[in-house]
Amino acid sequence: MLQLTAGRAGSLLARRATAALSTSSARMASHDHEVTKPLDVSRPLYWDRVDIPLPDRPYRDQLTEADKSLKQKELAPWTQLSKEDKVALYRLKFKKTYAEMNQPTNEWKTIVGGTLFFLGLTGLVVIWQSHYVYPPAPKTFSEEWEAKQLQRMLDMRMNPIEGLAAKWDYEKGQWK
Amino acid sequence: MSLQKPLMRGLLSKRLKFHTPIAFSLALLVALGFKYIVAEPRKKAYADFYKQYDPVKEYAAMREAGVFQSVRPVGK
Repeated sequence: MLQLTAGRAGSLLARRATAALSTSSARMASHDHEVTKPLDVSRPLYWDRVDIPLPDRPYRDQLTEADKSLKQKELAPWTQLSKEDKVALYRLKFKKTYAEMNQPTNEWKTIVGGTLFFLGLTGLVVIWQSHYVYPPAPKTFSEEWEAKQLQRMLDMRMNPIEGLAAKWDYEKGQWK
Repeated sequence: MSLQKPLMRGLLSKRLKFHTPIAFSLALLVALGFKYIVAEPRKKAYADFYKQYDPVKEYAAMREAGVFQSVRPVGK
């Protein structure tokens, strides 16, 4: 009985998955008409990157008629191009200007938040661990032992000039 | 529409001329700071300590405390 429902649920999921895949292209068409088909990574890609001033291909490589005539005009001396022509040619070749590329995003907030969150999680794990996992501490960590240890260090005059024994007043028997 | 031609040459030497004196003076500052904040007080601390250091008295105190292996405290 359980296996039947699992099987049916499986096929349902499969059908929903394929439906999602087939409609994803139709849905994403509203965002950017470049993404009507899956990205063909075997051909040169376009990337907006600060350290790649000339990407592997121009941004728009399917040109409309107006664009094609503009490209023809580009073959003539450039002094004949108007300012709008130059900007249009730039936008054909590149998606973002350097100024637009370098605009600050809010990504750092996500990163810092995520990092702190996982640090906190790790802290909780460490607390649990120190309570449930660690064996008992060695006897050398007990208060009594550490006091005797300190007394012996003072008796030996350890670091009497700038360190431990320098800070102990031997006449009065107390810290300076 | 015509911009000024940007600097094309001598960029490294310009940077060096600006940053080298700063680097040297900062390094000198740090060295002098270390000398007068760390080294001189330390020398003085050592000098002062040994000016009134009585090794015999210290030895007797340490022996009494029982930290030596070769000699026991005076009480046998």
